[in-house]
Amino acid sequence: MSLLENKKIIIIGDRDGIPGQAIEECVKTAGGEVVFSSTECFV
Amino acid sequence: MNSVILGSSYIMVFAPDMVIHNGTTQTTERTVNPNSEYLKEIKNHLRTFEQVVGYLPNQTYIGNITPDELSKYEMPWFDKPKDGATREGKFGEIMPQEEFIVLMQICDVFDLVKLEKQFVFDTKAKLMVHPLFDEGLLGRIKEGEEFDTIKKYVDEEHAEPIYNNGELVGCVKRAHDIDLNLSGHVMFENLVSKASNVLALLNLVSKNNINKEEIEYVVECSEEACGDMNQRGGGNFAKACAEVAGFVNATGSDTRGFCAAPTHALIEAAALVKAGVYKKVVVSAGGSTAKLGMNGKDHIKKGFPILEDCIGGFAVLIGENDGVNPEINLDLVGRHTVGTGSSPQAVITSLVSSLDKAGMKITDIDKYSVEMQNPEVTKPAGAGDVPLANYKMIGALAVKRGDIDRKELADFTVKHGMTGWAPTQGHIPSGVPYLGFCREDILSGKIKNAMIVGKGSLFLGRMTNLFDGVSFIIEANKGGQKKTSAISEEQIKNLIANALKDFASNLLSEQE
Amino acid sequence: MDLENQKRVKEFAEKYGAENVVVILGAAEGEAAGLAAETVTNGDPTFAGPLTGVQLGLSVFHICEPEIKDIVDESVYDEQVGMMEMVLDVDDIISEMTAIREEFSKYL
Repeated sequence: MSLLENKKIIIIGDRDGIPGQAIEECVKTAGGEVVFSSTECFV
Repeated sequence: MNSVILGSSYIMVFAPDMVIHNGTTQTTERTVNPNSEYLKEIKNHLRTFEQVVGYLPNQTYIGNITPDELSKYEMPWFDKPKDGATREGKFGEIMPQEEFIVLMQICDVFDLVKLEKQFVFDTKAKLMVHPLFDEGLLGRIKEGEEFDTIKKYVDEEHAEPIYNNGELVGCVKRAHDIDLNLSGHVMFENLVSKASNVLALLNLVSKNNINKEEIEYVVECSEEACGDMNQRGGGNFAKACAEVAGFVNATGSDTRGFCAAPTHALIEAAALVKAGVYKKVVVSAGGSTAKLGMNGKDHIKKGFPILEDCIGGFAVLIGENDGVNPEINLDLVGRHTVGTGSSPQAVITSLVSSLDKAGMKITDIDKYSVEMQNPEVTKPAGAGDVPLANYKMIGALAVKRGDIDRKELADFTVKHGMTGWAPTQGHIPSGVPYLGFCREDILSGKIKNAMIVGKGSLFLGRMTNLFDGVSFIIEANKGGQKKTSAISEEQIKNLIANALKDFASNLLSEQE
Repeated sequence: MDLENQKRVKEFAEKYGAENVVVILGAAEGEAAGLAAETVTNGDPTFAGPLTGVQLGLSVFHICEPEIKDIVDESVYDEQVGMMEMVLDVDDIISEMTAIREEFSKYL
C-alpha cells in the first residue's frame, strides 16, 4: 500500500517553491484524499 | 507606432518606527505573543538612516549603482555600506521617516493626520531645503497640535498612532465612527501608500524634466484598497496622487493584481498611448507598511539587521513614439491564463513563450527582469534567491526548447539575469525595478531588448486558487536610425551649402 | 508557517486522527521545509501560531522527496514539478526533512 493511500493529505505549498495546486495534481495520482491545499508567500 | 518609455523614478522611505508598529509580522506577534523576546529585541536590530542610505541594494534601487556593479559585491551586503552614499539618486531618493510623516499630512485632504507642533516645526525646516518641495506643497503643512490632543485621539478615539524615534509625534484619525474601511488603521495604510506614490511622482517629474501638465492619465498599481463600507475598493489612488503632484490635466484609475499589477498596468498604459487615447500616461505605485519587517524574526535569528525597513515606490512615464526612447512591443505580450495551471514550469512557459510569435529564441532576449527581490532579504527567510530561481526556470525552459545546451545553464542565469536589489514590498520588486536601467542600457546600446515579467499570488485574496502573470518586451527604438534625429542642423546646412555650390558650379560650367 | 494554516492542520489532525494525516510541503529551501516540518511534528518553533507547544508528530514529506516522487504518476510529476528540481537544492531539502522526521515524527 502506498504511503498516501487512504490518508488525508494536507498540502502546504510555497509560491517560490512548489505551489499547492501543483502538489495537489501529483498527490491525487498516488491515492491520497486532499483535504486542504494552500500556498504560502514570503515575499 | 509602439509607445515608448520616457522616464522613471524610484523612491524609498526609511520607516523604522513603522516596522515596529505597523508591520503585520510585528502586529500579529503583539496580538498572539505580547511578551515575546522578538518584540523586546526588535528595536536593537533596526538600522540607522545612514546605514540604510549606504546599503548597496538601496543605492541600486535609486539608480546610483548599476545591477552589474551590485553583483560584483559579495554578500552579505549589510556590512559593506557604499562610501559617500547619498540619499539622492539618479532615479529618485531615500527619504527619512520624519520627512515622510509630514508628507503624509501634506497628502491628507480630510484633516485626518494630526502632528505634534514641535515635530512639525523641526521637520518643516528640513523639507524647506528639499528641492522637490515647492511653496504649494509646503503651504499645505499645518501648524500642528498639542501632544495631549494627539494622545487623546489615540487613547479615546481609535486613531492610529504615528511614532518617530520611539515617541508619539502624531496620529491618523479614523474617518468614520463605525465604518472599518475608514478606520484609523486603514486610513494610515492608505495615506502611506498615497504619500509614497506622490514622492515617486515628484521625482519622476523632476528627474526627467517632464512637463506635468502634459500628463493625461495615471494608472496606479499598488496593493491597497481605498473606499468605504459601501464600496470597499472604490478607488481611486491614481487621481488622488495626481492631484497632490499637480498633474492638473490628468485623470486616472487603479489596477490591481497583487505583485503582477505593475506589469499589467504598463501594458495598459502602453496600449492606451498606442491607441491614441492619451499621449502621456504615468504608471505608479506607493508602498506598504504591512510588509515592513515581514521576515524580521528570521533576520534577527540569523544575525542580520531588520532589512525590510523601507517603504518603496516607483513611477514610469509612457509616451508616444519619439523615435528615440525604447519601445514597448505589444505584439509580444505573454500571459498566464485561467487554463495555464499553476505548476512553476507552466507559469514561466506561459510568460516566456510569447517569443514564439516572433520566432525568437529565449536567448534572443538580452535581459530578463523578473521578480527582483533582494536575495539578502529572502534567503535568510527560507524563500531562496527569488530572481535566481526565476532565471534558472527560464534557463531550464531554454534547455527544454533546445535554445541552449544544458551545460550553458549557469552562464545563462548570469548573462540574461541580474542580482536582485528591490525591497520586498510585493508589487514593487516585480519586473519594474529594472525599467530605469533598462532604458539607459538600451539607449546606450549595451542591450537591444529586455523582457519584463510580473507574477502575482492571487490565491492570497481567497477568491481563486490561481496564480497570475503577464510579460512584455522592451526593445530599442526602431526609428533610432531615422535621419531626422541622426543628422544635426549644422550637417543639414552643410549639405544644402554643398548642393548649392555644386548647382552653382554646374551653372557656371554650362555658361562656359 | 502561516497562522491560519497551522490552525487548519490542527483541526484536521483532531478531526481525522493524527495517524491518518500526511502533510506534503513545497518549500523553496531545505531550512524552510525543515521549519514547516518541525511545526507539524514538534510544534511551532517560532512560538507564534496555534501549533505552539502542540506535538502532533504528523507524517510529513516534501513533494521532491523520493518517498513521494516515486509513488506519484511520473508524467504528472514531470509536468508539475520536474523543472523545479533543477532550481531547488533537493539534497538539502531531503537531509533537512529526514532529520526532522527521525526526531519528531510519530507516524512513519
